Amino acid sequence: MLQIRYVWEWPVRLTHWFNVISIIVLSVTGYYIGNPSLSVPQTESFVMGWMRVVHYGFAYLFTVSVIVRVLWMFCGNKHASWRAFLPWASREGWGHIIGTFTYYTFLRKKPPYVVGHNALAAMAYSLVFVLFAVQVVSGFALYGQYDPNGLWASLTAPFLSVFGNQALRLTHHMIMWLVIGFAIHHVYSAWLMDVKEKNGTLSSIFGGYKFIDPKDL
Amino acid sequence: MAHEEKQMQDGVIPEEILQRWETRGVSRRDFMKFCSVMTATLALPVTMMGKIAEAVEGDNRPPVIWMEFQGCTGDSEAFLRANQPTATELILDYLSIDYHETIMAAAGHQAEAAKRQTMEKYKGKYIAIVEGAIPAAEDGVYCTVAGNSALNIAREVCGNAAATIAVGSCASFGGVPAAAPNPTGAISVSEAVPGATVMNLPGCPLNATNLTAAIVHFLTFGRLPATDSLGRPKFAYGKRIHDNCERRAHFDAGQYAEAFGDAGHRQGWCLYKLGCKGPETFHNCPTVRYNEGTSWPVQSGHGCIGCSEPQFWDTMSPFYKRLPNVPGFGVEATADKIGLGIAAATAVAFGAHGVASALRKGDDMESDQVSKED
Repeated sequence: MLQIRYVWEWPVRLTHWFNVISIIVLSVTGYYIGNPSLSVPQTESFVMGWMRVVHYGFAYLFTVSVIVRVLWMFCGNKHASWRAFLPWASREGWGHIIGTFTYYTFLRKKPPYVVGHNALAAMAYSLVFVLFAVQVVSGFALYGQYDPNGLWASLTAPFLSVFGNQALRLTHHMIMWLVIGFAIHHVYSAWLMDVKEKNGTLSSIFGGYKFIDPKDL
Repeated sequence: MAHEEKQMQDGVIPEEILQRWETRGVSRRDFMKFCSVMTATLALPVTMMGKIAEAVEGDNRPPVIWMEFQGCTGDSEAFLRANQPTATELILDYLSIDYHETIMAAAGHQAEAAKRQTMEKYKGKYIAIVEGAIPAAEDGVYCTVAGNSALNIAREVCGNAAATIAVGSCASFGGVPAAAPNPTGAISVSEAVPGATVMNLPGCPLNATNLTAAIVHFLTFGRLPATDSLGRPKFAYGKRIHDNCERRAHFDAGQYAEAFGDAGHRQGWCLYKLGCKGPETFHNCPTVRYNEGTSWPVQSGHGCIGCSEPQFWDTMSPFYKRLPNVPGFGVEATADKIGLGIAAATAVAFGAHGVASALRKGDDMESDQVSKED
């Protein structure tokens, strides 16, 4: 019999959607800031100004969202836990990594049946958290230059002096594209698993519930 | 007397100081202009003008030893073209420049003797000014003056100075000589003489007004002005060029010159898309400007190249593009082109995987529990 299990608690879902919205807004405004190609005939306009205001506003939202999600790794259920993001740390996790990889590469008939993240997805998420951290740090380092005596400038000064602001800017651009690449993969894999596992993967990130048959675990 | 003190507090320059400068051939107007430019550049209140006039007037001219190593003499050129006061006045009246390879009359052993005399007589009291980077590779053989290496000279002269001022980007950060692959192992003054009190005045060339202001600060307060983490005085390097730029309104509006000479460029629109590094560069160019306050690069229609930032030759290039080239890719590949390629390749790869997976049979879970709807 299928069971209904509450897998993704509300902070997990909420931060997920805050991340989605901020990544979309930050990518669009960020692309414009890097390559402003709208035609603006009026000097009284404030197009770049608004793009930057929105970019910085959503940057704060994104940062808070990522921090809350990281804190929830220490308070939430086992699927939200930091342990879930390190599948390579356990023997069972390694089994799942190999199992999922061989399924994706058409070498194995069925994927390992899991309740939370599949092992490869969890590995991708740990990498994505690293990308998020670099993006937040490089972003605030570049942002903080408006006031060299301010809080952000003093917090991010070591990164600026080690890497230089042009290298940080390049990194900030490249990570946007890596995150977009990840988003494409993420939506695709979620769809694939929704079809193949039939456990409500796609709806679970809205409602939190998955449909699990314990005898298959 | 009380009246005079009150006047000094109000920033009024005492009459007899003005008269004394007039007898030296500097008009009251020029002297007042000099004092007000210095006060403004140092971001001091106007009430300090009287104090500055007094300090410049006082007979406390510091001896200066100006050394040039791996440089192009551009900073000396900029300094000699300082208009307030004129270079001659600066050199003859206001500073006592005891050694400067380009402008001194003495040569050879005479010149070296003058330098040594100043160093011994004013040990710990003179100002050392360094122009150009210092090559450190192979014991400094790549730059020698009078048979001694730049490295040895800098250590000796700067080590015994009251303060050292590194003028220009080469002396401040290594500049062009230290650009990759840096064959001579060029380093900055603060790297070459770690113990010395060094203030950096980067820029290619430095702005002579900033050097004069720093010296005036030294004369007025007995110490160099407050500096930031890179050793640059905050009065001159405390703000981004971008944040004081006269083209900033066009940046905020979204109006950019796309090519040199196009309609936007002719209308004075923002040079951001032509690779202007104003948003990355800290300097007071937009407010102080160069050549008697006439102009500066962005005003004349050319983007900033970030010449006063550390390692600008390596990190700010290409000068006409916003971002550095991506290492390991072709020269024309931009970060966004490569990024778009990554995103497109991901989409294609997963699209193909999706088609294959959709056609795949027998990998469904729970298929025994699926019932068909009518």
